[in-house]
Amino acid sequence: MASIDISNIQKSYGIMPVLQGIDLEIQDGEFVVLVGPSGCGKSTLLRMIAGLEHVTDGEIRIDGRRVNELAPKDRDIAMVFQSYALYPHMSVAKNMSYSLRLRKVASDKIATIIAGAATKLGLGPLMERRPKALSGGQRQRVAMGRAIVREPKAFLFDEPLSNLDARLREQMRAEIKKLHKDLGATSIYVTHDQIEAMTLADRIVAMHGGSIQQVGRPLDLYDRPANLFVAGFIGSPGMNFFEGRVSVVGERSSLTLADGIVLPLPAATALQSGERATLGIRPEHVVLEPAAAGDIRARIDLIEPTGFGMILHLTLGTVSFKAFTLNRAYLQAGGDIGVRFPAEHSHLFDKDGQALNRP
Amino acid sequence: MTAKRIFGILAHRLAILGYLVFALFPLYWLVKVSVTPNKLLYSEGVRLWPSRMSLEHFAFVLKHSDFPIFFKNSLIVSGSTAIIVTVFASTAGYALSRFNFRGKYWIVALMLLTQMFPLVMLVAPIFKILSPLGLTNSLTGLVIVYTAFNVPFATFLMQSFFDGIPKDLEEAAMIDGATQFVAFRQIILPLTLPGIAATLGFVFTAAWSELLFSLMLISGNQAATFPVGLLSFVSKFSVDFGQMMAAGVMALVPACLFFLLIQRYLVQGLTAGAVKG
Repeated sequence: MASIDISNIQKSYGIMPVLQGIDLEIQDGEFVVLVGPSGCGKSTLLRMIAGLEHVTDGEIRIDGRRVNELAPKDRDIAMVFQSYALYPHMSVAKNMSYSLRLRKVASDKIATIIAGAATKLGLGPLMERRPKALSGGQRQRVAMGRAIVREPKAFLFDEPLSNLDARLREQMRAEIKKLHKDLGATSIYVTHDQIEAMTLADRIVAMHGGSIQQVGRPLDLYDRPANLFVAGFIGSPGMNFFEGRVSVVGERSSLTLADGIVLPLPAATALQSGERATLGIRPEHVVLEPAAAGDIRARIDLIEPTGFGMILHLTLGTVSFKAFTLNRAYLQAGGDIGVRFPAEHSHLFDKDGQALNRP
Repeated sequence: MTAKRIFGILAHRLAILGYLVFALFPLYWLVKVSVTPNKLLYSEGVRLWPSRMSLEHFAFVLKHSDFPIFFKNSLIVSGSTAIIVTVFASTAGYALSRFNFRGKYWIVALMLLTQMFPLVMLVAPIFKILSPLGLTNSLTGLVIVYTAFNVPFATFLMQSFFDGIPKDLEEAAMIDGATQFVAFRQIILPLTLPGIAATLGFVFTAAWSELLFSLMLISGNQAATFPVGLLSFVSKFSVDFGQMMAAGVMALVPACLFFLLIQRYLVQGLTAGAVKG
């Protein structure tokens, strides 16, 4: 097991910059999730740590040792690919033992290690099968088995669950978490799925456009997003945003939307009158009240029952937003409803999209 | 099942049958003539099968002609060409498929360019090159020429097979502890067996039936390959059709055997199950 230090990493393809000055310290035994939309550079960063991509500038250290120039085989890391990348002409046992055979480990020792991993992952009866005779979930397990037999310094996961169906994904997610708990191995996990990121991570690294937007514990990112991107990316359904101009009158401040609707803002804000700002509120924090009592009235466009609760698609003036409620009563599409945005759950972002500290 | 559907199936099968008859008829005629005794060859008129069969042509060709020499020469030339070309083509194809290097575009363009010339144009210059090197009238010369002509196409063929193998596989192998070369040899090459078989087969048959260069570069029977040797059955006043066809039938044997050996790889989709679920 090892720590991984990434300092000022740059990557460009020709003149196209992909990563710009990434700094990240990963502690020994930590589970870090790199999350972001497609093309944000998260996979590239992972592949650079693995040694599959050349580092344009900056330094990567594994266990204190600079690895920029080392071949993947000399970095002592294991990787689970999105496509699983199982060797199709080898049995499950051969797939899992390949790395050990390359390292010339004694065959009786290999047998013991493989048997142990097979039990841990429930692969026992499948050891002589070829990958094509396995289901998606089983292939996923073999890919993980191949990674754990070596007891590497770190595990890298490149969207390992993207090819599984929803139920299996949930199950494998729990297994990965359990495996990490058992092995305590330093792990870096790349995904575009923020639920995976939230559930698995010790720390989340949210990336966008080739740079890190925020690093922190999952609930920190959820509760205190650093900017509009993180606020919108973490959480599902995503945070609602209302853009407008601030007006401050005495102690009270409010936000005037483009169509004249006025939303009250948390009392103490650093913003001056006339400044552009964005108010953010998560759907589950929108308080719904019978139409008459609400200080703001919104129209219900659509109701999506999820079973657990309901997602309401609402319109306020010309702005569409969503609310989530556990209450099934009195709601009807086409009707009006009162909404309130509690100050303790409101997020305020300045004109550049940076979060303003809440009191 | 509707009548329209039955008619469709029937028409489909008939079309396939018609095509097969058309394609295989020359082969059938080759066999038919090779087992027809000389006496019946012209006397019986056009018949689909002779009234009496005989293997006399085969016996004559084997005992009294230079056919065994031609056969051996062809086997050496085609076999060596196929192996050498496949080795070059797989390494070059791998490089084109996986690496980016300076001049890659121009190399590909030049390789395509070589495929544009009618070979007849090149006979004279090639003869002029090989002659002072003592490579005319030699099997080595033929192997060199055939290799040169077959490598570009075979490289493109192999490249397309490598392109079909996910890059993830060798990356996984490299992370598992293999060098790029070990990953190529232990992971990628076994998966390219269908491609290698196809390339071997393609080059082998191309060399096996090549006439132009062997005719121009080889004189005399000692270094003649089988297609040139066939011409020795044509004399000034007659053509020995029976013997020629018997030799032809025997010349088909290695090609058939070869394809029998590799057909398993040609049809097998080895990469199935490599990635995704």
